[in-house]
Amino acid sequence: MKKLLIYLKDYKKETVIAPLFKLLEASFELIVPLVMAAIIDYGIASEDSSYIMKMCLVLVLLAVVGLTCSITAQYFAAKAAVGFSAKLRNALFKHIESLSFTELDTIGNSTLITRMTSDVNQVQSGVNMVLRLFLRSPFIVFGAMIMAFTVDVKAALIFVITIPLLSIVVFGVMLISIPRFKQVQAALDKVLGKTRENLAGARVIRAFNRQEQENLEFKESNNLLMNLQLLVGKISALTNPATYIIINAATLAVIWVAGEEVFQGSISQGDVVALVNYMSQILVELVKLANLIVLVTKSIACGNRIQEVFEVSPSMDKDISGKVEEIYGLDGTNSIEFNHVSVKYEGAAEESLSDVTFTAKKGQTIGIIGGTGSGKSTLVHLIPRFYDAFSGTVKINGKDVKEYPLTQLREKVGIVMQKAVLFKGTIAENLRWGNEDATEDQLWAALETAQAKDVVEKKEGMLSYKIEQGGRNLSGGQKQRLTIARALVKDPDILILDDSASALDFATDARLRKALKELPGDKTVFIVSQRTSSIQHADQIIVLDDGAVAGIGTHDTLLENCDVYREIYESQFKAEEKGGR
Amino acid sequence: MKTLKKVFSYMKHYLPLLILSLVLAAITVILTLYFPILTGQAIDLIIGKGSVDFTGIFEIAKKALRVVILTAIAQWFMNICNNRMTYHIVRDIRKDAFDKIEKLPLSYVDSHSHGDLVSRVIADVDAFAEGLLMGFTQLFSGVATIIGTLLFMLSIDVKITLVVVLITPLSLFVASFIAKKTFSMFHLQSQTRGEQTALIEEIIGNQKVVQAFTHEDEALEQFEEINERLRKYSLRAIFFSSLTNPSTRFVNSIVYAAVGIVGAFTAIAGGISVGQLSSFLSYANQYTKPFNEISGVITELQNALACAGRIFELIEEEAEIPDAKDAVELGEAQGRIQAENVAFSYVPEQKLIENFNLQVSPGQRVAIVGPTGCGKTTLINLLMRFYDVNSGAIMVEGEDIRNITRESLRKNYGMVLQETWLKSGTIRENIVMGKPDATDDEVIAAAKAAHAHSFIKRLPNGYDTVIGEDGGSLSQGQKQLLCITRVMLCLPPMLILDEATSSIDTRTEMRIQKAFAAMMKGRTSFIVAHRLSTIREADVILVMNEGKIVEQGNHKELLELNGFYANLYNSQFAK
Repeated sequence: MKKLLIYLKDYKKETVIAPLFKLLEASFELIVPLVMAAIIDYGIASEDSSYIMKMCLVLVLLAVVGLTCSITAQYFAAKAAVGFSAKLRNALFKHIESLSFTELDTIGNSTLITRMTSDVNQVQSGVNMVLRLFLRSPFIVFGAMIMAFTVDVKAALIFVITIPLLSIVVFGVMLISIPRFKQVQAALDKVLGKTRENLAGARVIRAFNRQEQENLEFKESNNLLMNLQLLVGKISALTNPATYIIINAATLAVIWVAGEEVFQGSISQGDVVALVNYMSQILVELVKLANLIVLVTKSIACGNRIQEVFEVSPSMDKDISGKVEEIYGLDGTNSIEFNHVSVKYEGAAEESLSDVTFTAKKGQTIGIIGGTGSGKSTLVHLIPRFYDAFSGTVKINGKDVKEYPLTQLREKVGIVMQKAVLFKGTIAENLRWGNEDATEDQLWAALETAQAKDVVEKKEGMLSYKIEQGGRNLSGGQKQRLTIARALVKDPDILILDDSASALDFATDARLRKALKELPGDKTVFIVSQRTSSIQHADQIIVLDDGAVAGIGTHDTLLENCDVYREIYESQFKAEEKGGR
Repeated sequence: MKTLKKVFSYMKHYLPLLILSLVLAAITVILTLYFPILTGQAIDLIIGKGSVDFTGIFEIAKKALRVVILTAIAQWFMNICNNRMTYHIVRDIRKDAFDKIEKLPLSYVDSHSHGDLVSRVIADVDAFAEGLLMGFTQLFSGVATIIGTLLFMLSIDVKITLVVVLITPLSLFVASFIAKKTFSMFHLQSQTRGEQTALIEEIIGNQKVVQAFTHEDEALEQFEEINERLRKYSLRAIFFSSLTNPSTRFVNSIVYAAVGIVGAFTAIAGGISVGQLSSFLSYANQYTKPFNEISGVITELQNALACAGRIFELIEEEAEIPDAKDAVELGEAQGRIQAENVAFSYVPEQKLIENFNLQVSPGQRVAIVGPTGCGKTTLINLLMRFYDVNSGAIMVEGEDIRNITRESLRKNYGMVLQETWLKSGTIRENIVMGKPDATDDEVIAAAKAAHAHSFIKRLPNGYDTVIGEDGGSLSQGQKQLLCITRVMLCLPPMLILDEATSSIDTRTEMRIQKAFAAMMKGRTSFIVAHRLSTIREADVILVMNEGKIVEQGNHKELLELNGFYANLYNSQFAK
């Protein structure tokens, strides 16, 4: 959390002014009981009405000055807190964008999103409240005590005893209840999990007639939650009565001691009223302080969650300086080379890809096949350097991919991912992700190759048709074709289709492959698929099984000497061949 | 108002607690207000040098101390009563909501966002509880404090009371004025915040695509623009709303000063004593506070009622049509299934299945074929009576399934769906779902048949390994194997299999195919088929497209028809 405070740097002035004016306001507030005491002692005693009027005017004046100070403080506190969170969010966003795939995988998207939104908001309100109250409340508590000393030392000693006692009660209850609140949270999570599970599994639960059993299990978690809540409730319900007893007992003690002092003539009756007033000011501020501390602990927890994200440093340098070498297209031979490449993901026990070696020439089509989890995606993700090889090297044009500037490298590679993702905006805007300056003709050409021309033509406004967030207003197949078009707009030297035709029917899939083949510029194309029909005409087929290469070759050679390939092929085609075709 | 009534119907069970809480609140308020009078009396006994009535003070102090302790105890018990009531009501509401979830028709579960339903059961109920608790503790005691203070003040002096009563509403006025002014700013803030969250979800959620297209800078630019706007709006909203406190405090100070001036003159005139003035000053403070609190409580309560409304909406949702009164128990079925003139649609305007007829004899295999999203699950929904047909009838053993108890009908089906669902619990608990009294040997035999035994054995605690929500650390393939084991264990006479074994590696897949084949022997089975061999060997092929059954027959008949199936077959399976 501490490290986050550097984002307050530009608001130094505000962070000083806000608490300062709060203190000023508090000081004026502390004078009020003294004025009232003066009214009682001089005004009432000597029946001096002009004095009373004057003093009451002083009270109003104090109120006006207090209001001004307080408004000033609120303004600067808000400015600092809001400015801080804006800077923090920006920095966080930038940082997340700098992370590489390995880090994104380990952290997970959903927690990144909550950290950027609700956690930052929580920290913002924490900073705001701290600037406003954190100095003010202790100041009033101790200020009231000091003022009591100026009135009468003996009576003030009661304050010295009361304040620690109150603090013990308020903070003690907090210390005991905070860990219990965590238990409550955990129990609530369980109730939540159960609810979600039963919605997601409604079919299965009913198919197996499990409703009664599920009801019983829910009842158990639900009761556990309630009992924990009741326990915490009982403990935190102690705060108010306990502080009430302490403060009022202290008030009585003050009256008693002050009575003795008055008896001896060292203070007046008005002073007694002032002392009682100071006591009640302390009570009010302590309650505020306790609430503030709860808020601050929450904010600090959220701040730490944000800090965690900042502490994850990207494992890849985005742009290495010094040895920058640009890629000008692929050269003729051995344009992509894998040399004993193994990949192990962060935290995984086993390698996802082990000892892969092959060479792809310019203009070739490479098919990659294998079951889910066999490492197909991992293999192609190494080419645009989404991940780095754990051992071995990946070379383009004979040079290790690590030696190219990352942005350059990725501009040469067009990849269509398994999950078709489109962004809010028009179709044209989405397509231009690959190339900002693409002309409409270029867009249409890409759409035609991607078999998406008819999709766009049917949409209202065609290229300016608005896509909703997450591409909700498009079907899976439409999205997939548009993402292929987006990659084509880039006009990349290397095109990777990562199982990205799965939602297309076979006929469209075949037309797509044909169109890709006819593209100008000798692109090297990688096609990842689970269907043999999609890759059987490739120049080279890499068969993966459990992360290892089970065979490399053409369709015919693999059929002959690769068991895994034959098995896959036969499971998809056997019956048909038996049928005599 | 209706919602309020429903809240009361939940409260009804805890009426004694409620009454006790109200009584305790009244006691607390009266005693709390009595205390300043006692201190005032004590102060009046301190007149000046040499004239302090210590015995009198001592008597008052003793009395005051008893009052304080009594107040504290009453307060504590009141808090406990409120807690008990609130959390019991919350538990009852959650229980009812969950009960309803188990009984809702699947059409409801399918058509509503699960996130939204979960947030009703969790977040809305929590917000409701908070509002309810605050309402109990603050609303009533607030009102009681106002009335009590008023009475006590009146008993001391009418004139000064009038001053307090006349000026205090000013603070309410100021507070509501600020609230009105800031509403539009808050609205703007939350709108911009929503816009920003949407962008964050898109860009951070799909960071990989962003990086693949080196789109980082453009995204950052877009983000910065929204962020700057948000900063501006937030500053305005937060600053203006934070004016409420200082402003009401200012009004309070004015009240304080007014009480001081009027009180002092009254004291000079001999109307009240200095001690009474001191009581008055503390009342003036206490009188204004509940006004500020109550306005907060009322917004909180409004919010709580809105949340309660959402949760009641769920609780009152119509449940599945219960089994007919004279519904029969279906024993061990043979597997004869008929569909007669079945019509069905999810929404009345969009007709899906019309005039659908089907005859399946025991032991027959029915393959369901069609492109993705063609509505194959619709058929499963109807067979298992997750949904009811609109007209016509589906019959098992000649009995309309609407006249059969759901439980006995579903017991006769074994279902393996493409979307694997596992509950958090042990592996064994997941397997024995359909047969809770299965022995260990039976479980292991089923797992072996489904080729799941070898991977389960290797888990840290074997069959007692606890898996998290939705399978947790298991791979998709392993999850699917567990779902198959589940059916293997009870082996009902009719099967529904979604042949989607896409997540299982090729060789395991082939073994499972064999297991499936063994399972299907002698059993009526419906298979959502992707594999040519399954389709060709099926006795009946149902060809579906866009939710409708377009063709029906065996492989040969359908090829001869040269229609949709022939087309599909040629494009998909031929070279």
